[in-house]
Amino acid sequence: MPGLGISFGRGGATTFVQDLQHSDVIVIQGSNMAECHPVAFQWVMEAKARGAKIVHVDPRFTRTSAMADLHVPIRAGSDIVFLGGIIHYILENDKAFKEYVIPYTNAANIIDPRFRDTEELDGFFSGWRADKGEYDEESWRYQGVEEVPAAGHKEVVPKEGGGGPRGKDVKKAPRDETLQHPRCVYQLLRKHYARYTPEKVEEICGVPPKTFLQVCEWLTQNSGRERTGAFCYAVGWTQHTVGVQYIRSAAIIQMLLGNMGRPGGGIMALRGHASIQGSTDIPTLYNLLPGYIPMAHAKQHSLKDYLDVNTAGGGFWSNFPAYFVSLMKAYFGDAVSKDNQWGYPWLPSVTGDHSHMTTVSDMTQGKIKGYFVMGENPVVGSTNGGMQRDGLAKLEWLVVRDLAMIETAEFWRERPECETEVFFFPAAAHTEKDGSFTNTNRLLQWHHKAVEPPGDCKSELDFVYELGKRLKAAYASSTDPKDKPIQALAWNYREIKPGEVDADAVLEEINGKNLVTGKPLSKYGELKDDGTTAAGCWIYVGCRADGVNQPARRKPQREQDWVAREWGWSWPDNRRMLYNRASADPDGKPWSERKRYVYWNGEKWTGFDTADFIPDRPPSYRPGPDDTGVKAISGIDPFIMQVDGKAWLYAPSGLLDGPMPTHYEPEEGVVPNAMYRQECNPRRLEYHLRRNRYHRAFDDPRYPYVLTTYRLTEHHTAGGMSRWLSWLSELMPEMFCEVSHELAAEVGLKNGGWATVTTARAQIECRVLVTGRMRPLRIQGRTVHQIGLPYHWGSTGLVRGDSTNDLIAFVADPNVQIQESKAFTGNIRPGRREQRYRIEPELAELAEPRDLPGLRPYATQPMQHNPEKE
Amino acid sequence: MSFFRILGEKWPLLRQAQPGDASGLGSSAWTDRSQNLRPRLDGAEVHKSICPYCAVGCGQDVYVRDGRIIDIEGDNDSPISRGRLCPKGAASFQLVTGNHRQKHVLYRKPRGTEWQQLSLEQAMEMVAERVRKTREETWEAKDEKGSPVQRTLGIAHLGGATLDNEENYLLKKLYTALGVIQVENQARI
Repeated sequence: MPGLGISFGRGGATTFVQDLQHSDVIVIQGSNMAECHPVAFQWVMEAKARGAKIVHVDPRFTRTSAMADLHVPIRAGSDIVFLGGIIHYILENDKAFKEYVIPYTNAANIIDPRFRDTEELDGFFSGWRADKGEYDEESWRYQGVEEVPAAGHKEVVPKEGGGGPRGKDVKKAPRDETLQHPRCVYQLLRKHYARYTPEKVEEICGVPPKTFLQVCEWLTQNSGRERTGAFCYAVGWTQHTVGVQYIRSAAIIQMLLGNMGRPGGGIMALRGHASIQGSTDIPTLYNLLPGYIPMAHAKQHSLKDYLDVNTAGGGFWSNFPAYFVSLMKAYFGDAVSKDNQWGYPWLPSVTGDHSHMTTVSDMTQGKIKGYFVMGENPVVGSTNGGMQRDGLAKLEWLVVRDLAMIETAEFWRERPECETEVFFFPAAAHTEKDGSFTNTNRLLQWHHKAVEPPGDCKSELDFVYELGKRLKAAYASSTDPKDKPIQALAWNYREIKPGEVDADAVLEEINGKNLVTGKPLSKYGELKDDGTTAAGCWIYVGCRADGVNQPARRKPQREQDWVAREWGWSWPDNRRMLYNRASADPDGKPWSERKRYVYWNGEKWTGFDTADFIPDRPPSYRPGPDDTGVKAISGIDPFIMQVDGKAWLYAPSGLLDGPMPTHYEPEEGVVPNAMYRQECNPRRLEYHLRRNRYHRAFDDPRYPYVLTTYRLTEHHTAGGMSRWLSWLSELMPEMFCEVSHELAAEVGLKNGGWATVTTARAQIECRVLVTGRMRPLRIQGRTVHQIGLPYHWGSTGLVRGDSTNDLIAFVADPNVQIQESKAFTGNIRPGRREQRYRIEPELAELAEPRDLPGLRPYATQPMQHNPEKE
Repeated sequence: MSFFRILGEKWPLLRQAQPGDASGLGSSAWTDRSQNLRPRLDGAEVHKSICPYCAVGCGQDVYVRDGRIIDIEGDNDSPISRGRLCPKGAASFQLVTGNHRQKHVLYRKPRGTEWQQLSLEQAMEMVAERVRKTREETWEAKDEKGSPVQRTLGIAHLGGATLDNEENYLLKKLYTALGVIQVENQARI
């Protein structure tokens, strides 16, 4: 996630779940960890047993809340006010861990005098271009610095090349280490969060000041040399139109409290699929190549342009050319050299947003002909299921690969007239193939093949290898230059038997080798930009160090300390905790004996983990004024991927919707934004399509309740791996909604009875669970009801039910194009839905548009990103 | 064998009185059957694996006998899970061995109302041909501004978070060579 990537340099959880046992306070927010990550939750319980305070902030009281010391009910979609309130408390009570904050973050950096805050512009930062609906980030920069490239996810602001590596002069930016300068980041933060007071938290989030202050006190009491705290989050934070800024808010708290890179500290991103971290590291994503290398952009005409844009003047992104050239050598082997720009002209270019929702809206307009879906069930799992089905029906051909007959494969049963050809390929299960998953700790773990796959079941590895072989054969004799990359593609992998690729051979290519000696590489520092090394994913270099499959290492936990460095392998360089240089003070000594982790022993960095630093660079090292690249990393720069080596309290670049997290209401809310006149994130992505009607921004009389979605312990995402199993289906057989006693009385819902939930997109029916675990909140003087909806069900499988995601509109965070499914509005009534809505979903479009007569003018949002206006 | 000896072995009341087992809960409580009982997993091969559900990455021991999986248990060695599995992880035996699994390639023709079975070979050939044809039809050498883009927007991909790193690697590699850029996965949801 760029929330973490922009703040600290790498888009991955900064710690590992086992280390949560060392926390003195843990805040779980945007996650129901006990039910959704139950086995990881044991480490929270270990911390509690050692005396840590556990806080759960969530609209619902769940089993996580039951185990916590404090449950804080909150209105879905208001977390930035809550977290901003904590930042306000830290700053105004002078509780920041300044010995940490001053050297390790950009708190002291002075920002461009042209910068204006949302406090001055009523919800906008300076640089808003109303005509384009975007920000020009020029005024957000460090004073006197031309450019400040962000680490990771840099592609969010595509640039033209020229001028060499960016941000070379960033170390010359003025700093005021007294933190008194009115335009230093510390003071800007104070100003930005000045109104995020306990009273505002109560007004907007519905959290009473006493409860809120209790959380603030626990967090600040457990900060400093002797104590640390951790945050755990999941998609309850990310799936918002301001999702990235939620994570940024927690990042700011953790920086101010000095919790990053230290045992018991950090931000634990709890991810929901076996290898979702892996599928971002080695991406099946439109904007990235392996190792967070951006895809080529049409603006970058030559290799030089591309390298100029992506190479940073300082930190480890300064070696970008080595990472990129090594990737091209892994992709194309001998066919690429300096003479043909390492194959750069062969790469396809992006020209904007090609994310899932954009692709599906293009699909509904017949622009996409062929679609591969592998191990995902978008008809149930992605928002606006009706749009998803419409899109599939407009394809020429669809290939679905899964274990069972999921809804995405069978969507045509409800529309037999559709022309789409559908291929279903049965997939091999994890026990039927070798391979590695990267878990939420950034840890690669190998799973071994136990049995042969049945029937025609094949792994994706064998499928794609075979497809590639056939396409290479089909294009072998072509003379068309567009077919050159296919002809040049290195596509020869060791096979265990005909048709079965050795996954270890692919891991070898990912790890990379020295092309001169033929030896496997052991760390990414060995990569070269002269074509003498090849590596398929630079951050994974070392996973097959010494020719050994490191992810397959399984030294039992009883024979190791809690860091367990000999179990699997984690990127980068087997570092289990990122930024761990910060676990020592600027002089390289542990902050305290209790929180000892990685430290300088006089000759090198040592400790429980691989140091996330240059191994022999002393704490006293200071770069010269003209040093660039890795040389520019000072002995007190723990964030070595960042161009300035500092954690970013304030993001001078890299984010599209502002340098500091700001409260905006969700696309669909129940109350006006009590902070600014600007209601929603002005930079959010809307999709104006017939099948994607929006409600009024707030006060929509048709849709008066807040809806939020979640997972259950017994089911997995869109149900493809759970709704077919009798053991799990029996435990959780039916779709339901959770409502409070008060709402049930107001609407006439009965526990165990039926209810119909409606939005402008669809209506679904479900059973009613009336429970005291849901509580109405008082927000801005009115009562706000929230309805909880699990989203696992669909039309096939052993247990069936309506899909919650049918209710939700396409609308997205601008930075990562993530859907907003954790806070939206709808209505509920007793009884079952009308049959016609299921069969002819088009009828659901009768809803009125977003801007109803009488709507207050400021609720009309600046629109942008309208791929297709009607 | 004397009558009394047989009586002493078979009649529990007498057997309990045998020396060395005063509590009557030790060897004297054994029967012929219980003496030969073996754990269900005794002698099965153990293959080390990782739970395929969420991203915690709990260790799994997959027990195999005669080429069939007979059980999946939590791996005690794992420093992350310490032998534990949640309800889903504990159900992964059914996930991989259940009869819900489709074992043949299926094809639905345009306007079709039923699936029909295809051979793997034929299906692969049909898919490869469709990729080639769509790519030819939708190739975009330059965008509207005249910048080279070398791509097709006619083909898209979804899914990756449930797959292995090696699989995602080959997928992205092949798509990049084909000029397919609309590649997405669950990280976006």
